[in-house]
Amino acid sequence: MLLRTRQEIPSSEITSQSVMREFQRNRRQFLAGLGTMAGAAMLPRTMFAATKLNASPTKYNLGDITPQSKVTSYNNFIEFGPDKSDPERNAQSMHVRPWTIQVDGLVKQKKTIDIDTLMKLRPIEQRVYRFRCVEGWSMVVPWDGFSLGEFLKTLDPLPSAKFVQFFTLHDPKQMPGVNSSGVGPQGYSEGLRMDEAMHPLTLMTFGSYGETLANQQGAPIRIIVPWKYGFKSPKSIVRIRFVDKQPETTWNDLNAPAYGFYSNVNPSVAPWRSQERERVLGSGFLPKIVGTQPFNGYGNEVAHLYAGMDLRVNY
Amino acid sequence: MPGKVIPWLKVVVHLLCLLPLLKLLMMFHSGALAAESDPVQFLTHFTGLWALWLLVWDLAITPVRRLSPKLSWLIRFRRMVGLYSFFYATLHMLVYVFLFSGYDTATALEGIRAHHWGVPWQQLKLIVPSMIDDVKQRAFIQVGLITWVLLLALAITSPQRVLRAMGGKNWQRLHRVVYVAGFLALMHFWWSLKKGNNAPAVVSIVFFALMIARLVWTLWQKRKKRARMVTA
Repeated sequence: MLLRTRQEIPSSEITSQSVMREFQRNRRQFLAGLGTMAGAAMLPRTMFAATKLNASPTKYNLGDITPQSKVTSYNNFIEFGPDKSDPERNAQSMHVRPWTIQVDGLVKQKKTIDIDTLMKLRPIEQRVYRFRCVEGWSMVVPWDGFSLGEFLKTLDPLPSAKFVQFFTLHDPKQMPGVNSSGVGPQGYSEGLRMDEAMHPLTLMTFGSYGETLANQQGAPIRIIVPWKYGFKSPKSIVRIRFVDKQPETTWNDLNAPAYGFYSNVNPSVAPWRSQERERVLGSGFLPKIVGTQPFNGYGNEVAHLYAGMDLRVNY
Repeated sequence: MPGKVIPWLKVVVHLLCLLPLLKLLMMFHSGALAAESDPVQFLTHFTGLWALWLLVWDLAITPVRRLSPKLSWLIRFRRMVGLYSFFYATLHMLVYVFLFSGYDTATALEGIRAHHWGVPWQQLKLIVPSMIDDVKQRAFIQVGLITWVLLLALAITSPQRVLRAMGGKNWQRLHRVVYVAGFLALMHFWWSLKKGNNAPAVVSIVFFALMIARLVWTLWQKRKKRARMVTA
């Protein structure tokens, strides 16, 4: 190899001497400037502390509530990392105020609504639901919110709207795992058929255990659909869109055979893992294993939504 | 490495290999295991990971030994580390059978306490059909089971007496399935996770690097042999 002579060094590689001298003279100022920039990045966008919610009890009241510490330390929120202990560690960087939800698509009331306005729309109820993950475990969690349908009604969806699509926040700056998670640039997407979204069981959720949601649980707003596997209950929602066709959903895109669009809890359909049983978490060292119920035990209220559908095909 | 040091080193390696088990026992005793959100999931991952890493370190012994004649004593630890890998793989499988599958461990333990020795067995019979279903339907469980059977074959044939009875050639042929076991264990790990979870990446890279090292060494030996034949 020939050694490069001085003239061959492109000028872009040489920091001009005057700039260098300038820098050395002003090094102090320069560094101080860096400090201010870093400071600005960390400026007090006040951290949002968990606040109490005035939630009134309802008829949905399963016993044996899972300890709150277990519910907030075991989360699937892939934008914050693949392990279930990652979200608790990494989600604290997410800012949940100010927060707005954009409503668009086939709807009369296209708008952007502020989270604090939305929370005042209806009285907050507490509902103790069973939460069943497709990984084969379940928890019993008191969620605080009101029926999603109550909010959707106020938006006047057009008759052509057949499905509702939800989008989770997508911000690489706040979500350290988002780029390696397989979630596309639109953000984690989930969807429900209109009648599922309007069903009174489907809960627009702002809190759990009587206080606002922890970031790793999907603060400040998520949906809970208790008769479906957990991934159908999207977190940290920034956009709700009304559409006329079955929307694309993240897990279905990643692995369609394993994650159907409906994904109703069903012990006899198991494309990915056996779903006959579940481990009920929060019961000491030995697993408490119980048989999984169709529709997660909410069949009396929701089975009619699927009358005439073959649940093996539409799973 | 003088012969006097080896026995002491063996004790050290034994202790190192037992550290993960010690950690589990301590976690169990202190209640930290029960405090895990999902103790069963934790145990499954923990035992599986140690089985796999010990297998990979075991596969590292030969390539490292070839780096220098001074390292030839490392061979004395190969069987031991391999057996520990099998030990953790066995724990991994027991966790699946008794804690993951739906086996009613609580009832079985009550039966044992009351000296009704048939109870654990009855509980097992209750769960076997669904376990067979699970194995039939899930490729990743099949792969895991095959891996364990291969490691079992290697463990059974590990004593010197067996080696002598089999004859070196046959024994070596059989023990080459360790490479297959390593590969299948990785497959089992990848398939057990959801898409997008790249947790097995590091251990996979190490495994393939070791396999490539072996391949390079074999090719190099062949070339040397040919060169010798030409000059002879």
